[in-house]
Amino acid sequence: MRIGLIVNPIAGLGGRVGLKGTDGPGTVAAALARGAEPDAGPRTRRALARLAERLPGAHLFAAPGRLGAEWIEGLNLAVTLRDPDTDTQTARDTRLAVEAMADLDLILFAGGDGTARDVCAAIATSQPILGIPCGVKMHSGVFAVSPEAAGALLADILDAPDRITWTNDAEVMDIDEAALREGHIAPELYGHARVPIARGRMQASKGGPRRNWSALLEGAAAELVAEMDPETLYVIGPGTSAGAVMHAAGHTPTVLGIDAMLGGNLLAGDIGAAELERLAGDRPIRVVLGVTGQQGFLIGRGNQQISPKVLAKAGREGLIVLAAEDKLLGLAQPRLWVDSGDPGLDAKLEGFVRVRTAPGRATMMRLSAG
Amino acid sequence: MSRVPDFHAAKWDEPVIMEMGRPGGRGQIFPAPENEVIDSVGDDLIPAAMARKDRPKLPEITEFEAQRHYLHLSQMTLGMMGISLFGTCTMKYNSKTSEFATLRPELSEVHPYQHEDTLQGVLGIMHEFDGILRSLSGMDQFIFQAGGGADAAYTMTALARAYWRDRGMLGQRTEMVTSAQSHPCNPATAAAAGFKVINLPLEENGYPSLDALKAAVSDKTALIMLNNPDDMGIYNPEIKEWVRVAKEAGALCFYDHANFNGVMGKLSARELGFDACMFMLHKTFGAPKAGGGPAVGAFGCSNDLAPYLPTPVVVKDGGRYRLDEDRPKSAGKVREYWGNVPQVVKAYAWARGMGAEGIQLASDISVVANNYMDKRLSEIPGLAISNPDVKAHRMEMTRWSLGPLAEETGIGTVDFANRMADYGIDPWWMSHEPWIVPEPFTPEAGELWSKEDIDLWIDVIAKIAEEARTDPETVKTAPHNQAVAQVKGDVFEDPSKWAMTWRAYQRKIVGSGKTERGAA
Repeated sequence: MRIGLIVNPIAGLGGRVGLKGTDGPGTVAAALARGAEPDAGPRTRRALARLAERLPGAHLFAAPGRLGAEWIEGLNLAVTLRDPDTDTQTARDTRLAVEAMADLDLILFAGGDGTARDVCAAIATSQPILGIPCGVKMHSGVFAVSPEAAGALLADILDAPDRITWTNDAEVMDIDEAALREGHIAPELYGHARVPIARGRMQASKGGPRRNWSALLEGAAAELVAEMDPETLYVIGPGTSAGAVMHAAGHTPTVLGIDAMLGGNLLAGDIGAAELERLAGDRPIRVVLGVTGQQGFLIGRGNQQISPKVLAKAGREGLIVLAAEDKLLGLAQPRLWVDSGDPGLDAKLEGFVRVRTAPGRATMMRLSAG
Repeated sequence: MSRVPDFHAAKWDEPVIMEMGRPGGRGQIFPAPENEVIDSVGDDLIPAAMARKDRPKLPEITEFEAQRHYLHLSQMTLGMMGISLFGTCTMKYNSKTSEFATLRPELSEVHPYQHEDTLQGVLGIMHEFDGILRSLSGMDQFIFQAGGGADAAYTMTALARAYWRDRGMLGQRTEMVTSAQSHPCNPATAAAAGFKVINLPLEENGYPSLDALKAAVSDKTALIMLNNPDDMGIYNPEIKEWVRVAKEAGALCFYDHANFNGVMGKLSARELGFDACMFMLHKTFGAPKAGGGPAVGAFGCSNDLAPYLPTPVVVKDGGRYRLDEDRPKSAGKVREYWGNVPQVVKAYAWARGMGAEGIQLASDISVVANNYMDKRLSEIPGLAISNPDVKAHRMEMTRWSLGPLAEETGIGTVDFANRMADYGIDPWWMSHEPWIVPEPFTPEAGELWSKEDIDLWIDVIAKIAEEARTDPETVKTAPHNQAVAQVKGDVFEDPSKWAMTWRAYQRKIVGSGKTERGAA
């Protein structure tokens, strides 16, 4: 099993600063201007550290420099360079690197949906891929749940293949970021890829008895609004589940953005990490979140504006989670994932949260750091 | 391989009885009363205001024709004497001996409003059966008022309400904790009683984790309601610790014994620490099921909870039985009278017939038969057991999935159920909500069925799995050998098409010109 590594070093840059993504050179510049720091490289290193720990001396092919090899330095892993002869900081780098690895058995890439799209466009459909999650948007089904999970998955592929199943139809999705900044969600399917999946339980059926889940969720949101403490700052995360709370309070939520409520009023809409931290100030704070379908992400996918600092202030007790019961049943594994960017905080958040599914109904879900 | 029968149901294609008969047709013709009778009782027994003005619109039909019609209808159903490994329902034979016992005039001709002195025999049976259930559970008092398992679960929530109200803590103890695959009536009845419901999902080992329970219970927890094994068929070996954790938080603990068959005689709810439990006499104890009708949820509890039981409670004072209504802390009645007494007598007859050793043996057989069935089902390609990594044996039933076969062929669990009827086999039970595996089915072998019966059932499943690959259209459009072809399911979700009475049928279906009866 020959594995090649490609890193998109600027992936995820727009997340913390509320830019919804990092597509296009203009956005990169804007993100850097807002003080964003690239962390795709360090996240890649977290993944590879887990691989080195499980299988010391394991061999990888890698693109040179910060496109790959740089993040392996110092780890107990063997590297063979595959030089794509490029470093333009554009999607072209990814595509040329992928082409230089066309003969390998799996391409491990670090990035988000945009990178997944670029990788997918350049490979043969049968060539397997696996994403180290580093983007802002990760709607594609090609990412491991955390950098460490990606490392563990690689180790299993090499060492314990019976723990792995493969699927040929992981969706590669991307959202038009410019439209998203205007408030429109326009997800598009760019293709399907072959990916490894950690064996979990079987997934829930789509054919079960029908229920009006969204009406139940609206009821849960109304119940929450009625219970709100007037002195507490409520940070409302992206997605329709958290958005239901805004609707229940008579406000219009920002699509895939972060809003803040105080005393039943909308304090600020579509805010980034810095403003959120400023608003939080000394107030008590609670964070209202939904869950991503199938993968079960609570923190770290599309809601990176809610920074580790804000999350640490809220703590696990300050998390309010809403999700339809069928979404919880449809998760690949019976748990929710946190990937805040701060492994120490992630570890602290591990435990159980009550997920509100309907008025007077909740399900206890395990929070895992991957 | 069994010989799969070449079955075909009877099809009589008769109109409904309301459309049968002819003017003047009668079942019985009664003679006019003789003068002496009229002189004695009068001829105006029915007050004018209550006498109907029009003749009833009943079918004018002879007794013989009515009998023949209903015989035909019974021939067109599979009935309950076929092979039915209908999971979660614990199908048992309802013996004629038990039936005869309830036909005796000492039972069939008494009324609950009679004086206790004239009911000593039946009260004695109820008291003795209470004793049998006490020895199976360790509880201190049973009542039989609840008309089914869900009613008994409701009894628990009503007791919990009364218990916490009595302590002035009903405003604080507002939550009920249960697991995702426990009896679905647990969250439903707790919600009906006004409690908030906290669900614990199944984790990797096939049951919820102790950590989840620890995170869920608090000083707000009024009670926990659990099944063990739950509907996945996996026994939670940490149950004692579960009860300890819940009690440490102050919660009441209720063991829903809907799935008692695999553990009957093996464990005692009280020894595990539970405060209360319930048995379904129409499942585990061999009394007939009756579609929400005359079932019995036998509810038992500790002496601490007994003051809150619904009344009346059958008690023995000296050598005499009486109905104790004077219980000031009672939660009230969950149903009228003292329960479906003939069912209690049938369950008592079953328990006495089986004896303690027989009950143990039946439990063993049900688990062995189920594991034999699991082994053979696992050899059919396309079927998948739930929680495949869990190595523990399943108890009396197992949740299975047709997921792989459905992905390969497009044939799912509903298609299978329809096709099973073509072989004279009762369609299987799929799953309670929520469906947590794709295309679920839940067989339960039980102690009734012979190895030959179980083999035939499995061979029919194997045959349909083969058909799904070679002739999926036949499976998709089943049943073909039944009195009625595939029923259009959308009828069941549209109340405007429901007709429970002849009058509703006339109004909704005939009146609107929709003459179809839901059959394709």
